[in-house]
Amino acid sequence: MDLSTIYTQLIMEHNKSAHNRRELESPDLRQRGHNPSCGDDITLDIKLEGGIIRDASFHGHGCAISQASTSIMIDLIKEKTVGDALNLVNTFIGMIKKEISDEEILEKLEDAIAFQNISNMPARVKCAVLAWHTLREAIA
Amino acid sequence: MSDLNHSKIIKDFPTLDLKVNNHRLVYLDNGATTQRPLQVINAMRSYAEGSHGNPHRGAHFLSTKATEEYELAKEAVRNFINAKSTEEIIFTKNATESLNLIANSYGMENVHKENEIVLLISEHHSNILPWQRVARVKEAVLKYMYVDDQGRLPLEEIERKISDKTRIVAMAHMSNVLGTIFPVKEIIDYAHSKGALVVIDGAQSTPHIKVDVKELDADFFVFSAHKLMGPMGIGVLYGKKDLLESMPPFLLGGDMIEYVYEQEATFAPLPFKFEAGTQNVDGAVGLRAAIEYINKIGIENITAYERILTGYALEKLLSIPYIRIQGPKIAEDKGGLISFTIDDVHPHDTASILDTYGIATRAGHHCAQPLMRYLDIPATSRASFYIYNTKDDVDQLLEGIKNVRKWLGYGS
Repeated sequence: MDLSTIYTQLIMEHNKSAHNRRELESPDLRQRGHNPSCGDDITLDIKLEGGIIRDASFHGHGCAISQASTSIMIDLIKEKTVGDALNLVNTFIGMIKKEISDEEILEKLEDAIAFQNISNMPARVKCAVLAWHTLREAIA
Repeated sequence: MSDLNHSKIIKDFPTLDLKVNNHRLVYLDNGATTQRPLQVINAMRSYAEGSHGNPHRGAHFLSTKATEEYELAKEAVRNFINAKSTEEIIFTKNATESLNLIANSYGMENVHKENEIVLLISEHHSNILPWQRVARVKEAVLKYMYVDDQGRLPLEEIERKISDKTRIVAMAHMSNVLGTIFPVKEIIDYAHSKGALVVIDGAQSTPHIKVDVKELDADFFVFSAHKLMGPMGIGVLYGKKDLLESMPPFLLGGDMIEYVYEQEATFAPLPFKFEAGTQNVDGAVGLRAAIEYINKIGIENITAYERILTGYALEKLLSIPYIRIQGPKIAEDKGGLISFTIDDVHPHDTASILDTYGIATRAGHHCAQPLMRYLDIPATSRASFYIYNTKDDVDQLLEGIKNVRKWLGYGS
């Protein structure tokens, strides 16, 4: 397996970047997500305004895949409606499960498309989807 | 490195010929499970082909053969840990089941309100959860002994926690995270002086160091076959005969009875009282073959060899500035198991990247969440050795670690 399809520059940059890593003051939604088997543990904070995600952030710890996936997801969902965000979650999970491969649909995921190859590393799929499942729990 | 015929040992393990991601397999996950030599694989195959029947039931050729095989395995285990008699050797599914048996049968009968159960903070969940239940049901108190910053257990901590109120001390002989080999003989003597019994989890120690339950004076001692080159699905519970005799059976059913009436039953003598249902004879055959394999090499030789290998790995790892080692940093204080973290890298990334170079390690909390919380780290990487590992494997690991840093965007 080619590591460079997983540990891409984009994912590494998001792993190191701190721009979404903070606690929001009085968030409207706060949701913790946890992979008990490996210990990845993140908390999403979300600020809503009229059904639109005005701000979002995360805190916690985990591997590069889980941290980058969370950060990329937050960039993607800001200023989106809750309904659009839910659709993006479903598209992302569909992509990971290889159920969605239509490039036009996947384009909506923007940078998150970087995780398309994660199923080549089965042990890490749960790291990539943690934030997305957590978001779904928070807003669905 | 020692007098062992190492190239011959390695040839006994077919798995070690595997190529993983186009690299030679470097198997460093022996703390989780070990690979099996041909001697074990062949013994199990030969049992399946020529001796398989249901033991202890029915007087026919194969039943008799299977019974013989099962009894030979019992004797091999007895001799391996120097128990007095095979009545003291119970076969279970694994060390976890052995610990559950002790907690449910002995613990529930003998721990009472306000009694204390003392554990080590580094225990595997399998030696914590059964005692949590006993403590909750019996309204007893669960106490922990804490290790120092080198992963050792200070004498003062033992004396502080084990008291006249202590009924049971349950602890690992060797930590599956820190690698520390604890002074169990001293702890057992001290606990006995306070009237407490001691349960030793030997899952990590038994494959690597000489265990003599008589000399240790352990009340209970458990281990699993698959960590000593045997098959999965069979484990051992050693208990002192008078304790086992006083305990109620854990599982009820076939083969563990004497007489069964409509409303009541009497139970078979030891060890059958604790072996309900058809037992894992395949596993027992494999376990015996594994013990014979260890005996042929000599357990002392295994200990000595692994100490040299661990010392070499520690020296190399300690010289890398971005590596932190958890637990003892000198080989004499530990078994062949090293937990470490790489600065700025999560252990799961480490394990995934090492795997692409064919190096098998373990990452995570190692079923020891209370210890992780105490150490204030979410996870570690763990490399654990066995007799078939070499200095070359350690060198591959070190090379792999440099690659991990590189992949994550740090200069090595």
